[in-house]
Amino acid sequence: MKAYNIIVLAKQVPDTRNVGKDAMKADGTINRAVLPAIFNPEDLNALEQALRIKDQFPKSKINILTMGPGRAADIIREGLYRGADGGILLTDRAFAGSDTLATSYAIGQALKKMGKIDMIIAGRQAIDGDTAQVGPQVAEKLGMLQITYVEEVVEATDKSVTVKRRLENGVETVKCPLPLVITVNGSAPDCRARNAKRIMKFKKARTVTELQKENEDYTALYNEHPDLMIQEWTVNDIETDASQLGLTGSPTKVKTVENVVLQAKDSKVISAADEEIEAMMVELIKSHTIG
Amino acid sequence: MSNVFVYCEIEDGQVADVSQELLTKGRALANELKCKLEAIAIGDKLDKIGDQIIPYGVDTLYIADDKRLYPYQTLPHTSIVVNLFKEQKPQIALMGASSIGRDLGPRVSSALHSGLTADCTSLVIGDHYDKKQDKKYENLLYQIRPAFGGNIIATIINPDCRPQMATVREGVMKKEILDPKYKGKVVKLDVAKYVSNEDFVVEIIERHMEQSKVNVKGAPIVVAGGYGVGSKENFQLLYDLAEVLGGEVGASRAAVDSGLAGHERQIGQTGITVRPKLYIACGISGQIQHRAGMEESAQIIAINTDPEAPINSIADYVITGDVAEIIPKMIKYYKKNSK
Repeated sequence: MKAYNIIVLAKQVPDTRNVGKDAMKADGTINRAVLPAIFNPEDLNALEQALRIKDQFPKSKINILTMGPGRAADIIREGLYRGADGGILLTDRAFAGSDTLATSYAIGQALKKMGKIDMIIAGRQAIDGDTAQVGPQVAEKLGMLQITYVEEVVEATDKSVTVKRRLENGVETVKCPLPLVITVNGSAPDCRARNAKRIMKFKKARTVTELQKENEDYTALYNEHPDLMIQEWTVNDIETDASQLGLTGSPTKVKTVENVVLQAKDSKVISAADEEIEAMMVELIKSHTIG
Repeated sequence: MSNVFVYCEIEDGQVADVSQELLTKGRALANELKCKLEAIAIGDKLDKIGDQIIPYGVDTLYIADDKRLYPYQTLPHTSIVVNLFKEQKPQIALMGASSIGRDLGPRVSSALHSGLTADCTSLVIGDHYDKKQDKKYENLLYQIRPAFGGNIIATIINPDCRPQMATVREGVMKKEILDPKYKGKVVKLDVAKYVSNEDFVVEIIERHMEQSKVNVKGAPIVVAGGYGVGSKENFQLLYDLAEVLGGEVGASRAAVDSGLAGHERQIGQTGITVRPKLYIACGISGQIQHRAGMEESAQIIAINTDPEAPINSIADYVITGDVAEIIPKMIKYYKKNSK
């Protein structure tokens, strides 16, 4: 029976629904440390598509690859609770300040180290940037086909997958050869919930750095329970050209960041009282705005 | 060389509105930079496609015409654009922030190692001084977009890499024919030189495209709901008001994300941009991403329980109160006073 090697690209994102004033640093990059961090929603839709393929072909392997600071190991644990087999955290100060292209380069170089991959599945976009660029940029870096805006993997066979895409004005079903990169829309099915047994098993999954902070003996732990190891790769673990990394490797620069100052209009403030609503409607009718 | 380029999306023989809007913007940028405006159209049966492109002030239109090039597919369109850009070396390249532009743009930027900024709300030419390198850059494209949480506007530049690439959503720029008889040159590309057979690996099994039945963009009155509307039942009131006034219903991203309204109704930076004569914002706090899609409305009514909601500062009428109480009254008094 077919077994797919699937990598899910995921990002830990600041919850942009709860943003405070100190969220931006002076250089225009995001101060992630002060914000609640979550699994990027569309990456969870991507994980679900991967898990469905694994449901059908149980020998498939799903690994999560994420790039971010040390605490991004949280989303790998989250993925393990929901059914992923393992994960790699790509973390290094050398990646700091990366724009989408420098991010794609680093992720692409990490993927090149991961052996034969059948499918790379990612969320269409992350809620902190909304660019939808990293998936296609990674695909180009690897010379792989990409299919974006995917809502459902309809069929997977040895050599191809058939997927349904949700576009602005319609749907498109396409059949594509493997390997390929798929990016998944938020309109795809939600990710399944955490599994209680898997939480018990994987709540102790750690990166080496986390174990060192907790003063745990990681060689003993990893020897006994190799599946609790969250791999941690730094820039030294992948082949890179320093000129393509981080701020230096980012063609786009943030020139300025401005706070938005609202210029208050001369508003009419009215209450919900009947006579005030009626007066407003009469005004709008008289000015031919309505009617 | 060093011109402004626009990728033209084509569906069913029609050039997309967003592409024509970008042609108008591209013409203005080219005038300021004293360079040419160029465009590329990729598809099938494009003999007359120039009629929908050149009048916007296009100096050179490149056409790649082959029956395999429609509908859009990632790899063949990428190969053609990348190879043409390698030859023509544009300084600026613009694409729609649509499912096509957002599929193609990043791929092209990755191949050319050029920067790409998504969903710009404004494009302006300006200079830049880099302190670290003590280097002055002239006539860069400022790619301006709201970012991150709604409190800031970021200006992004690509100082060293070309082309400077940006995507823009439909409706953000205004399209305007420059001259119906504009004299532009048409260059037919030898498709085989730009794309290889191996690029055609995707088989399109089924395709259903329809013009969206919902026309929020063209509606003279938009009744928009946010998360604060609270429930589907309350959202129905918005439809009732829109129907009475002859308008359409729009929604904020929060309302769409929480399932109160469909994606096709989303207004804002990552949705559609509207300029109706009346915009009624119901239970919408008014983050900048939302305001980017509606602040040019001629008149704005804000209905909100929060008297400090940011939307209130751009509203002509601020009604502090509950949507479920106020909308029925608006319907009632409209019916009473209109003929």
